[in-house]
Amino acid sequence: MSETCSFHVNGHACAHVLPAQTTLLSVLRDELGLSGPKFGCGEGECGACMVLVDGHPQPSCNLPLWAIEGRRVVTLEGLGTSLHPHPLQAAFIAENAGQCGYCLAGIITSAAALLERCPRPSREQILAALDKHLCRCGAHPRIVRAIERAAALTSLETSTP
Amino acid sequence: MSVAAAPLRGFTIDRSDGQRPLPGSLHGNRRLDRWLSLAEPGVMLVRTGKVELGQGILTALQLIVAEELDLPLSAVRLLPATTAAGPDEGVTSGSLSVQDSGGALRHACAELRGLALERAGGSQPLRVEAGRVLAPDGRVLGDYWSLLSDADLDREYEGRWAPKVAAERRLMGRARPERLDLADKVFGTARYVHDLRPPGLLHGRVLRAPTLLARLASALPALPEPLHCWADGNFVAVMGESERKVEAAAERVRATLQWQPGPPLPDQATLPDFLRSAESQATVTAERGQPGLPATDWATPPPGGTRHTATYFKPYLAHASIGPSCALALWQQGRLTVWTHSQSIHNLRDDLLLALQPLHPALRKQDIEIHHVEGAGCYGHNGADDVACDAALMALRAEGRPVRVLWSRADELAHGPLGPAHRVELQAQVDEEGHITHWQHETWANGYSSRPGRAKVPALLAASQREGGAPLPLAINPPLGSGGGAERNAVPGYTFAQHRIVTHRLLQMPLRTSAMRALGAFANVFAIESFIDEIALARGEDALALRRRHLQHDARALAVLDTAIERSTWWNAPEQPAEEGESRGRGLAWARYKNTGAWCAVLARVQVGESVRVLDLDLAVDVGMVVDRDGVINQIEGGALQAMSWTLKEQVTFDAEGVTGASWEHYRILRFSELPRSVVHVIDRPEEPPLGAGEAAQGPVAGALANAVAAALGIRVRALPLSPANILAAMEAA
Repeated sequence: MSETCSFHVNGHACAHVLPAQTTLLSVLRDELGLSGPKFGCGEGECGACMVLVDGHPQPSCNLPLWAIEGRRVVTLEGLGTSLHPHPLQAAFIAENAGQCGYCLAGIITSAAALLERCPRPSREQILAALDKHLCRCGAHPRIVRAIERAAALTSLETSTP
Repeated sequence: MSVAAAPLRGFTIDRSDGQRPLPGSLHGNRRLDRWLSLAEPGVMLVRTGKVELGQGILTALQLIVAEELDLPLSAVRLLPATTAAGPDEGVTSGSLSVQDSGGALRHACAELRGLALERAGGSQPLRVEAGRVLAPDGRVLGDYWSLLSDADLDREYEGRWAPKVAAERRLMGRARPERLDLADKVFGTARYVHDLRPPGLLHGRVLRAPTLLARLASALPALPEPLHCWADGNFVAVMGESERKVEAAAERVRATLQWQPGPPLPDQATLPDFLRSAESQATVTAERGQPGLPATDWATPPPGGTRHTATYFKPYLAHASIGPSCALALWQQGRLTVWTHSQSIHNLRDDLLLALQPLHPALRKQDIEIHHVEGAGCYGHNGADDVACDAALMALRAEGRPVRVLWSRADELAHGPLGPAHRVELQAQVDEEGHITHWQHETWANGYSSRPGRAKVPALLAASQREGGAPLPLAINPPLGSGGGAERNAVPGYTFAQHRIVTHRLLQMPLRTSAMRALGAFANVFAIESFIDEIALARGEDALALRRRHLQHDARALAVLDTAIERSTWWNAPEQPAEEGESRGRGLAWARYKNTGAWCAVLARVQVGESVRVLDLDLAVDVGMVVDRDGVINQIEGGALQAMSWTLKEQVTFDAEGVTGASWEHYRILRFSELPRSVVHVIDRPEEPPLGAGEAAQGPVAGALANAVAAALGIRVRALPLSPANILAAMEAA
């Protein structure tokens, strides 16, 4: 049965009349044309589809639309653009932090939430925050380094008068 | 005209075809305009037959071109591989892209540069800066685009100008270019084949038979228009407009399907025995003897010395890409276009032709065009080619509309080709002075290659499942000259007076096997390096000393070992006490990949309690001439961590009727919380030929981890993975 579901994506209000069991990921990719969040498993097990819902990382591949009624969704595209990159995006490029990159959209999104609540995370906190993400290429060390770099830069900026 | 002033340095393509040998893939793609184009002023357009798999090859090739032509990196644009244009470089595999494609481009660019300088005038010593040709007094005489045009590249490579020597280089080994592909990936720009959404797109799903020989035993339910569901033999497809509806319909259909199982799969609990007893074909891969020593007779050991034997095992492994395999296909007016993340677009075209000719006898090779588009990392032959065939078969039923097929997570883990299960039996005879005099290495495994484009029948899953489809060809092993398959790195890197390598290739294939990163090198190096430590332990000797004694012929092997050890911050330090109930251990291993590629040494430090926790991984690598240093580190580091995951955690599980547990919950891979400290030391040898880095680390990582675990426990675990269950079994057997 279809019903209207209203929510925000990257600051824009949207409303969709779709079956309530439709997943958020399919709306993001198919209806809204976003390509940041990726389909990896459909079971919330790999993190490739991670988005922020009211600031919290959530896999979107098995998140039914009814669960985000009235909520604010942010995807990788909502964090920054090539003209105005999020510090994490700039840091991932600077560290060449990735190989195939299929996991990166989800990982950067989770890392953004981490830095929001914990601007100078320890290595252990970073590893814990990323533990729901799978990376098959073994790019883990540089991903961690990129997050540390972004954290160092942003805290530098905020501490500068 | 004087020809071949340039020495043809350091490339290993087989050139026994009677043509004048040319460097790298130039040999089979001899025209300059296959590689380079000046059609866009200010931009060097570069075509390569190698494809980006996440390994950073486009970035490395960009660097090579910029180096040779003295261009800024930004003036070099790599074009994606397509069968419609550019070189055919076979398969992007075997850590050969820098050698083959890079070697070709280095020389092609040297020739283009030489032609431009010649055109600019005469004998005066000209130089190139930022693509402009300068006279000795600094006058600008033109640039590549004003001096030459594509018409000048309409010629075979002649080799009149040599590429730069090490002292002339400014970028290779030094520059740290940004990855060409990475910005799209961190901003979420559509880049993957999964992201393509052409107008009129249809979506498809395949409902796969549980095993290769299972047969469909039920009728299909009817689906409401515009959804379509059909079976062609045992190939069951669902297609429609909306991906959501197709997905949901596929699940509904799946629930109704009944399959008549094929022959039962072997019992997983006794898989090592199955490998030994299944029908197989034995080949003596290599033999080395020395006059005066007794003939190799492994039934009766020569007198004097000590005999050692051990058996090792590696289970089936899944490539386990993070993104399921995906492809798009369009059938229009008798022509097929495919967008794919295949590693071998030309081979795929050959097999698609074989697969589709029964349906369209008039189809010709030139009617099929294949474009490479990036997918998630594949780490060898995964479902990429199969899903392209799935999409092509569906496109034939949707004239004029592109069809996108995406595999499920379960398909990806269960129905893509697997890395073969592999058994190794080693025997060695050690004389009283501690010299290994006899060495025998026997492997039992399915072949390590089922790649398309090599057999008389297509190696594509759907083609075998269609009505009347021929069974998939048995997996083969590439010849040892190309690195071998199951026998890859079975020939020891050590000098022993006698060695004998026997490869038993299984002649039945219960689970489909094919190339997975490093092929047999992973299991063979794991076995060899474990065995060397076992022999040293039995002799009460330091394992490194035993290695060194048999490595005096290979200075570069000794150098990677020395570098890893000298630069390690922990290897020579006393061990910290472990937590209660846990123990710590260190191990090392090394190998030269394929015996012809890169050298890699690994030091590992582990803590073993209920499970194995890796604390440190130190790697030293010699890839000859370093092109993109950070790219080398990325490949070695990534290869090491992936191999750590294989070694400690991974095995495909199955029962009589198919692969079980095809989800991330069951097929567990490395997580961030398990990350060790890791460091990679790169030895640059600018005068040596470049060697690939993607597969150098896997075998030595397995060996080093196995040796570290043995050191921690005092017990040798010879079956992978080094999981709590296998450790417990080894303890009980000890």
